[in-house]
Amino acid sequence: METEKKPILEMRGITKRFPGVVANDHVDLELFPGEVLALLGENGAGKTSLMNVLAGLYRPDEGAIFIRGEKVQIDSPRDAMNLGVGMVHQNFMVVDTMTVAENIILGLKEVSVIPDMGKICERIREISSHYNLKVDPNAYIWQLGVGEQQRVEILKQIYRGAEILILDEPTAVLTPQESDELNNILRQMTSEGKAAVFITHKMEEVIAFSDWVRVLQHGKLVTVKRTAETNPQELARLMVGREVLFRIDKTPAEPKDVILELENVEANDEKGMPALKGFSLQVRQGEIVGIAGVAGNGQRELTEVITGLHPVLDGSIKINGKDMTNRSPLAIIRSGVSHIPSDRIAMGVVGDMSVASNLVMKGYRREPITHGGLLDPRRILDFARRLIDTFKIATPTPETHVKFLSGGNIQKTILAREIDSCGGVLVAAYPSRGLDVGATEAVRNEMVRQRDKGSGVLLVSEDLDELLSVADKIVVMFEGQSMGELNSTNADVEMLGLMMSGVSKKKAEKEYYGSDHATGV
Amino acid sequence: MQLVFEKRKSVSRRAIVLVPILSFIVSLILTGFLLLAFKANPFRTYIAMFIGAFGSWSNFTETLVKATPLMLTGLGVTIAFKLRFWNIGAEGQLVFGGVAAAWVALFWSPFLPAWSLLPMVMLVGMLAGAMWAGIPALLKTRLNVDETLVTLMMNYIAILFAEGLYYGVWRDPDGYGFPGTKPFPEAAWLPRFSGRAHMGLFIAIGIGLLLWVAMNRTKWGFELNMIGKNQKAARCLGVNVKRNILIALLISGALSGLAGVSEVTAISHRLQQGIAMGYGYTAIIVAWLSQLNPIAGLFVAVLMAGLLVGGDQIQMMMGLPAAMGLVLQGMILFPMLAGSLFTEYRIKRIDPRNSRVAESNEELSV
Repeated sequence: METEKKPILEMRGITKRFPGVVANDHVDLELFPGEVLALLGENGAGKTSLMNVLAGLYRPDEGAIFIRGEKVQIDSPRDAMNLGVGMVHQNFMVVDTMTVAENIILGLKEVSVIPDMGKICERIREISSHYNLKVDPNAYIWQLGVGEQQRVEILKQIYRGAEILILDEPTAVLTPQESDELNNILRQMTSEGKAAVFITHKMEEVIAFSDWVRVLQHGKLVTVKRTAETNPQELARLMVGREVLFRIDKTPAEPKDVILELENVEANDEKGMPALKGFSLQVRQGEIVGIAGVAGNGQRELTEVITGLHPVLDGSIKINGKDMTNRSPLAIIRSGVSHIPSDRIAMGVVGDMSVASNLVMKGYRREPITHGGLLDPRRILDFARRLIDTFKIATPTPETHVKFLSGGNIQKTILAREIDSCGGVLVAAYPSRGLDVGATEAVRNEMVRQRDKGSGVLLVSEDLDELLSVADKIVVMFEGQSMGELNSTNADVEMLGLMMSGVSKKKAEKEYYGSDHATGV
Repeated sequence: MQLVFEKRKSVSRRAIVLVPILSFIVSLILTGFLLLAFKANPFRTYIAMFIGAFGSWSNFTETLVKATPLMLTGLGVTIAFKLRFWNIGAEGQLVFGGVAAAWVALFWSPFLPAWSLLPMVMLVGMLAGAMWAGIPALLKTRLNVDETLVTLMMNYIAILFAEGLYYGVWRDPDGYGFPGTKPFPEAAWLPRFSGRAHMGLFIAIGIGLLLWVAMNRTKWGFELNMIGKNQKAARCLGVNVKRNILIALLISGALSGLAGVSEVTAISHRLQQGIAMGYGYTAIIVAWLSQLNPIAGLFVAVLMAGLLVGGDQIQMMMGLPAAMGLVLQGMILFPMLAGSLFTEYRIKRIDPRNSRVAESNEELSV
């Protein structure tokens, strides 16, 4: 049947080059009205570049774009908007201090100098009830959660007349339940003849959301498939070009003494609102404790109070039996804590310094890197070469500035430094976020190896698969509190999802098993 | 054909060396047009400037006289800039150092043995400079007050304070109305070695070399580098950012203070009008042109001093305004700032007809 439909969008031979890389190499794309297309690929495969070309943010070096059969040139997001193309970016483009309605009309030419907000809100309400996009037009963005902000972004694009909606990794910030809602919204839109392209690197989402899937690898289109005719294993193989192990090999944990202990820790976020509310946690030597939760529920404050970057208002933190509450970051590093920070570029490395310098940023304080009060450049290089070898960091030379490395290699640089200097506790925040499958595997295996060497590992992640396969225990965080602890071998995603949305373990168990029984009847 | 900037894959070492040199040449050309407007021959003018600054030993000693405070303030500014702490208050720190030196030299001599007067003058002068830079550093680290504004404003406070003293309470009654204090006792004079060139030069060179080692080979220098390039990461890695900023700024101010000390104890032998000569501002150019390399800074200071002395010479010999030297100094900064782009970017040619990137973009890169 599809052959009779005319594509709403065609991209032909799109090529986009950046210094040193070809982001898109003669990529073709077709999108039919009423369909959802998943664009699947590892990080750096060129998914986002391709969509940025469509949204008018990048100009292609070669290739042509046709919308409704007509050749078009898209030089700016405004051009894209006029052609009915709207993009919801990974980092939302909203102004925190303005209301939903103000954000939606922001930058629109059609709006008069003094906008008729009543009429605008009316129209917004119409759209939101039609698509079941629950948003209050008069709410301020800062009052909204991430899921709601995403709805605002979608609403904004529909308001502006988008017929082709592009979503860049839309589910990264959502709970499983919110993801389902997003799916329903997309279904409603496509049933009216609109179309959507959706960027992801998660196989399950391709299956759940899309009609067609196009797989990109190193900037090239490798496959076009009907979603119904494929499965996650095949997609994974196509995406990486080899079979992937979804479960990493590890033996059962052998927990020993408690090495990190938080007791009723209270802390505020940067705005002064409570972020940790009496949070308690124990990590033992030889185990990996995972922290699950939707981003923004106190995870950042949790890792930062442990590492001494954020003040504790009440409660205590013990490391190796010693009280380290509110000690300096240096004192905490010396007590044996290593940290893989959530924002690796901003907090983990100094981009304008060499790989070698970045690798010694903990070791420089001690012999033999410092010798007789002076840093020894030769020893720094030797030290760096050893770590570059062990951790397989792909860098032209040890002197190359870190900012010229890929995301995966920047993370390996941090990992190498932190693991080499680790004295018993490893705090890892989103260690594999944004990494390709190869680097992700390396990072995860390294954490397990650290555990087997007897360290206590705290793993904060938003990737449930990661938590289930890497962690031994999972603690679910919601609004700065623990919703309970699960053993990762018998935890399941539905249950975790419920707890992540604020249902305590006890209640979740009841509800979950309750509904299980219901279906059984 | 279309030209676009493309980010390099690594920092160009060639550009780091070439950009300051080319900037200097471009500024010579630009100022040349200005000289033509004054109906002067640019080549003859530049030759006259060169001879004026470097043509004879006695001319060269004058260049060294001006190079000394430029070295010290330039090094001071370099330390602060390394941290991205925009200390544009070297002028005020210099003046305040000079004031404190005058205070000790004029009023402490009855209580101190003669041999200890000069060391005490230098110590107190450096402490005063350190204090003057420490205030904005404290405001920045404790209250996050913008340092650019505070350091700039404190220049005026220091300069007017000094004026108040040498026009007022400290004015020499036997000075025939000249705005200045009484001359210092000889025990407080910093010895000269040739013409007016004095020991401050060797102190400055010594400090420059020491600073290079400190910045490139010590833990302290490593931490400064980390803080300057990524403060957040430095903090995560256990570096005490606030303490480091404070210490670095105290040293920065102390060096500018020492420049003030050497001006009053070796050149004028009193605190007088002319203490604020603008060295502290030229120091910013010195630091920038040397790309924050202390050893390069020593040479750049001599070059800048040469422009000042050469400027004086063309005024005397060719009737041109001495400010021409200052114009030249200022002119260097523009191509320098524009040129620093080339350390991280290069020019790429694009042919829009087939949208293919020209392969031969290597020749175009600086």
